[in-house]
Amino acid sequence: MHTKRMAMTKWNEQRAARADRISAGQAYADGKMVPAGRLTEFFETVIRSGDRVCIEGDNQKQADLLAKALANVAPERIHDLHMVQSGVVLPEHLDLFDKGIARRLDFSYSGPQSARIARMLFGGQIELGAVHTYLELFARYFIDLTPNVALIAAVSADREGNLYTGPNTEDTPTVVEATSFKDGLVIAQVGEIVDRVPRVDIPGDLVHFVVDAKAPFYVEPLFTRDPAAVTETQILTAMLAIKGLYAPYGVKRLNHGIGFSTAAIELLLPTYGEALGLRGKICSHFALNPHPTLIPAIEAGWVEQIHCFGSEVGMEDYVAARSDVFFTGPDGSLRSNRAFCQTAGLYACDMFIGSTLQIDLAGHSSTVTTSRIAGFGGAPNMGSDPHGRRHPSAPWLQAGAEADSTSPAPLRRGRKLVVQIGETFGDKNVPLFVEQLDALALAQKLGLDLAPVMVYGDDVTHIVTEEGIANLLLCRTVDEREQAIRGVAGYTDIGRQRDRKMVERLRERRIIQRPEDLGINPLDADRSLLAARSIKDLMLASGGLYKPPSRFRNW
Amino acid sequence: MEQLSFTLKAPRPAGGSRWQAIAGVVASGNLEVLVERMEDQNTCRIDIATAAHGFGAVWEAVIADFVARGTGGLRVSINDGGARPDMVALRLAQGLRMIEETET
Repeated sequence: MHTKRMAMTKWNEQRAARADRISAGQAYADGKMVPAGRLTEFFETVIRSGDRVCIEGDNQKQADLLAKALANVAPERIHDLHMVQSGVVLPEHLDLFDKGIARRLDFSYSGPQSARIARMLFGGQIELGAVHTYLELFARYFIDLTPNVALIAAVSADREGNLYTGPNTEDTPTVVEATSFKDGLVIAQVGEIVDRVPRVDIPGDLVHFVVDAKAPFYVEPLFTRDPAAVTETQILTAMLAIKGLYAPYGVKRLNHGIGFSTAAIELLLPTYGEALGLRGKICSHFALNPHPTLIPAIEAGWVEQIHCFGSEVGMEDYVAARSDVFFTGPDGSLRSNRAFCQTAGLYACDMFIGSTLQIDLAGHSSTVTTSRIAGFGGAPNMGSDPHGRRHPSAPWLQAGAEADSTSPAPLRRGRKLVVQIGETFGDKNVPLFVEQLDALALAQKLGLDLAPVMVYGDDVTHIVTEEGIANLLLCRTVDEREQAIRGVAGYTDIGRQRDRKMVERLRERRIIQRPEDLGINPLDADRSLLAARSIKDLMLASGGLYKPPSRFRNW
Repeated sequence: MEQLSFTLKAPRPAGGSRWQAIAGVVASGNLEVLVERMEDQNTCRIDIATAAHGFGAVWEAVIADFVARGTGGLRVSINDGGARPDMVALRLAQGLRMIEETET
């Protein structure tokens, strides 16, 4: 068969190889339907050693049934797989390497597996390609990391293989586009088989096999922050950000990180923001997951439009009932898309603001510690100044002018506002500011060419802590920059080693601004200022549409 | 519990006219700050009872910044449940702001 095809042509071998796999898979399938009980044998038939395989492990949803079945194949039959997937989240994703089924890994994010992945990298069980941002990995799917096999997850399918992903579409269209149009094999797990899917998120002719898992795929609630845990220093820091950054730059289009500092900002918009008269002037357009803490601001009429990377557990009905704000399909539910939303966050937002674990004196920040490799996710794309941007906007031009006061305006790039926000001390009194990032030690230990830096210092425009705001755009020397950072580093060692005179001069030039410089009364930093003080308040603010997951319910 | 006590020269007396102010609560990771107008105009006395040992140098730095804001005449009693320095600085700022308010 192989020889015969060679004799005919050498130009369509991949397509023929896929046809071979599909016909071999027919031994287990009824049309496109593969019974869950025979998945492992089926995989041993359609997957080949050395294949590049994507197990859909997104930021949130997981093709958990397919991951388990792949981890059970016989390593004598299938080995040396090259895993190319955005999330390494389930234990099975790493079991593949322990068992000798997979050898090489290219990924973006490893949240819950961050400690184990670090041990396996140190131990040499995993050959690491690279740790990517989401957009980078998606980009490489189309250039040099195109999957031969994609194992994806959806809510339901019809018998032709048309897939409905529901609100958690996330990475699926990107993975399928790259795999299916380059003659790769697409296998989907679904929660149920239906006569007609509520909407077609993935057309059936791109999907080759479907497995009825008879249960929903696993989804992690990653973006739910309980307002009850927001501290008063976080409230003070959020007030500084709103009055000292959002207001003067007039930031309408933005992306928020997922920490408590930005949750506090979201909860202060309808109270503090309203009192400052900022509704309609800031925070109207977001690239953001449906954060429950944004409900009070949405209800108060702050937000015009939100495009989402993924969904959030419990927010489905709320989002469906607010279609003027969110992107929804003909079935009424959210349509998320990570690749498009990352692109939107990169090119169409004027600000990224998020928290981090460590910031050094050059402003580089990182969330790695020496024992964990959590990967990047999307933050480095959101938290970077895209040099390819060409459309002007007021905040972008203003930031550009602050950074470069001498070039003629028509030849001056604007700047994206890239803001790091946090309290000077984190959990267990760990300082936010450090002489040297743990990422450097990690890079050395693993022999990496690049230290895993989340946001580079030259992209950071502002650092906000409870002590004040440092505007790095206005710093003209390396020394000024270092002292501006020390000047908001509070009582950490870095902060206490500041040059007090220089910091005072920076304050006179408004490179550093304290709460009192902005007319912020520390007595207002009170939990009563939060628009919602508990998960229950969020549910009530949504008119009962938000259905918090049980772990967040205490009533 | 560790007891720390500082008596410092203040650059200027505290403003306002209230005799007493209290900010915060005693709880894990939190602290209560009682501010009373009962010292000489150029002196500030600070007594600290803290659940966390070995943070003398950080307390000194926090207190020095606080007194530099003009706290002459004030006695500050701190009951600390192991709060982080950022929370301590916020409570002190709140206590000072409260006692500087005009009595209503």
